[in-house]
Amino acid sequence: MTQAHGPAGAAPATVHGHAPTGFIRKYVFSLDHKVIGIQYYFLALTAVCIGMILSLAMRIHMVWPDASIPFFGAIKPEQYLTLMTMHGTIMVFFVLTTAPQSGFGNYFLPIQIGAPDMAFPTLNMLSFWTTFVSFAVMIAAFFVAGGAPLSGWTNYPTLSAIPMAGPGEGLGEDLWLISIALFCVASMMGALNFITTTLDLRAKGMTLMRMPLTCWSWFITAILGLLAFGVLLAGGILLLMDRNLGTSFFVPGGLVVSGVPVQHSGGSPLLWQHLFWFFGHPEVYIAILPGMGVASQLLSTFSRKPIFGYRAMVYAMMAIGILGFMVWGHHMFMSGMSPYSAFAFSFMTMAIGVPSAIKTFNWLGTMWKGKIRFTVPMLFAIGFVSLFVSGGLSGPFLAQPAIDIPLHDTYFVVAHFHLIMGVAAIFGIFAGTYYWFPKMYGRMMNDALGKIHFVMTFVGAYCIFMPMHYLGMAGNPRRYSQFTEVKYLAPLIPIHKFITYAAIITVSAQLIFLFNFFWSMKKGKTAAQNPWEATTLEWTTATPPPHDNFGGVTPVVYHGPYEYSVPGAEKDYIMQTDPTPVPAH
Amino acid sequence: MATLTPTLTVKQPKSRHGGGGDIPHYPGGGGGGGGRGDESPDYGERLRRCRLGLAVGIAPIVMLFVAFSSAYLVRQGLASWDLRTNSYINDWAPLRMPMLLLLINTCFLLLSSLTMEFARRHAARLAAIAPITAMPGIAADDESSFPWLGITVALGLGFLAGQVLAWRQMEARGLFLSSNPSSSFFYLLTGMHALHLLGGVIALSYAVVTVWLKRPPEARHIVVDVTAWYWHFMALLWLYIFALLIVAH
Repeated sequence: MTQAHGPAGAAPATVHGHAPTGFIRKYVFSLDHKVIGIQYYFLALTAVCIGMILSLAMRIHMVWPDASIPFFGAIKPEQYLTLMTMHGTIMVFFVLTTAPQSGFGNYFLPIQIGAPDMAFPTLNMLSFWTTFVSFAVMIAAFFVAGGAPLSGWTNYPTLSAIPMAGPGEGLGEDLWLISIALFCVASMMGALNFITTTLDLRAKGMTLMRMPLTCWSWFITAILGLLAFGVLLAGGILLLMDRNLGTSFFVPGGLVVSGVPVQHSGGSPLLWQHLFWFFGHPEVYIAILPGMGVASQLLSTFSRKPIFGYRAMVYAMMAIGILGFMVWGHHMFMSGMSPYSAFAFSFMTMAIGVPSAIKTFNWLGTMWKGKIRFTVPMLFAIGFVSLFVSGGLSGPFLAQPAIDIPLHDTYFVVAHFHLIMGVAAIFGIFAGTYYWFPKMYGRMMNDALGKIHFVMTFVGAYCIFMPMHYLGMAGNPRRYSQFTEVKYLAPLIPIHKFITYAAIITVSAQLIFLFNFFWSMKKGKTAAQNPWEATTLEWTTATPPPHDNFGGVTPVVYHGPYEYSVPGAEKDYIMQTDPTPVPAH
Repeated sequence: MATLTPTLTVKQPKSRHGGGGDIPHYPGGGGGGGGRGDESPDYGERLRRCRLGLAVGIAPIVMLFVAFSSAYLVRQGLASWDLRTNSYINDWAPLRMPMLLLLINTCFLLLSSLTMEFARRHAARLAAIAPITAMPGIAADDESSFPWLGITVALGLGFLAGQVLAWRQMEARGLFLSSNPSSSFFYLLTGMHALHLLGGVIALSYAVVTVWLKRPPEARHIVVDVTAWYWHFMALLWLYIFALLIVAH
């Protein structure tokens, strides 16, 4: 890259502080957004390993209920619910919310918009360490008397509001709530930083409509987080008060739990569901939007074509964000709801299909007749689109109350949300990891291992989750710890066994990724400054980027982010900082 | 290959920073915490960034209270199934608040908002004339050193003490946190507001300390300014909560 920075941008950044030298200030309590991004990433990596082991234990128990599993022993039904609760909580909050937004967003948002750091670095550090404490509190729930809670990641009262409702509903449940409250506060601090940074710290020439779609996705996700987490925090506070201070927000009167009459009256468990899902549905988009941003970025880069319909992509993300706040009721068709409200929620939910389809067709249009380079990040980006479509198509089915009611408590829903929110978002994270690894660590990840990892994960994910649709339609209930004793489910056991085998193989394939990740960090091929021949700002700076990101200069931006194969241009890509005008054609 | 790109022309880069290509880096807290200042020439930019951060930071606080309010209204209008009587019951008892005391508290808070505004304008003036007063032989007018900040802190603490008194009076009437959903919400809403106001008091105390620490007037102005807007927001929030408790008692 010859013209790394526009000549007009060669002003010295005098005010940015010097890089800290001590270990603690540099790696532990760092103010540098890049270090904080990596801290978030490793937190998510730890969490995903724990969450995956929990899911494996569940799958094994489901088909071999008497088997004694290492570390877990023979799993009791209530213990199964604990595994399920913690799997869901850890995955949703500490992986899908943490890695794509806080991890990659922290590292690359400031660089991609040409800023030396986040707007409020101290707040950024505080946000990470609050998340860390929140994670520690969550894990501690495993080790207290009674163990972890068993009320599901949605934590519905009255199960969650009454300590004697189950073995994990004592201290474990309180820790769960405290952990989530801390997570809310941390996420709001992070979102504040993301929004202020995007609005106020963009480099000269980086107009909003010249931002890479990754930045747009982080920006919109931050707005969703800012508005959604406050509501979950409110619900959490009310639930903590119900549990510990004797109030009755969520607990109805006259309950007798474990033979003991409950001293609450007049509350409504539905109230919690409304508060929870008002957060919960935007949360789904908080998990998936950054993946959409990464997929857009990568599909354009590796198809060597501009993204198809840049503005349409931006507006589609905004539409998804806005609609996401109006559809929470579709999680509650089963909980009892006026048919008229159900109709409204159903209509709004299906309306989300429109911007989602715009995005999907734009991704396909971007690849159409492109000179596609099938690199590992590109494979994962294509995999993201595939899984997004597969998981998304069952959405309009479940959006209709008449279909949702028979399917809601079956494996159909498990298949739906795992494909679209779980695996698709994870593919976004993998794509981002393979794509940005060279910039973060200065080395390339191994290509062959990456391709093996992709094929095994892609095929494995489909083998695990596609048959679950069938299980659901056959009436297989979810949240049950075992099916082997149930007669009408006996013909489905072979499918469950197949899923468990597929899960074991797919989880094993992640060891390839872990090996590749840590091995490449030390031994990988040295990466060039711009190995993918991409156009955005992070590829104009040194690898890994210096403390102030651009080594004392501030970039000036002249182009949009996706100028690939421009007719008349010297190369097939034009850097955003390239000041030479493009010849008209 | 043919692409879908329209003809490209290079636009002149648009500056967002008044022509200076330099985006400085400032450490500093958000919210009411204010900035940690140095003698930066671009304090106007830093001030704008902190104000923006505060405006964004107010959004989740609004959402928190929106959620509480909607829970309040739903819980109030809700008839829930009672298993003991096998019927729908509504157990909301109309809220009886110590009105006079709360009105006095409200006056305290509104007055503090006023003094806060004086303090903010005073700090802005000092920051504006800072380049002149920095010259040897020139001093700022002494009449401007009226302790508006200290008075604001005192009034804020007075409000908080008044709220504690209000809780005591509620308890004296036998209305505890768990007595009735209406009293639960009273303690919840006033308590959460008091907690947020306490954050403002801490930020203000920090602003008072910066005077003793001889921080540059620009840095002090940022702390005072951001806290002032937060303080006004707290006053508005209290008016909203008070109105909600009165109207939907």
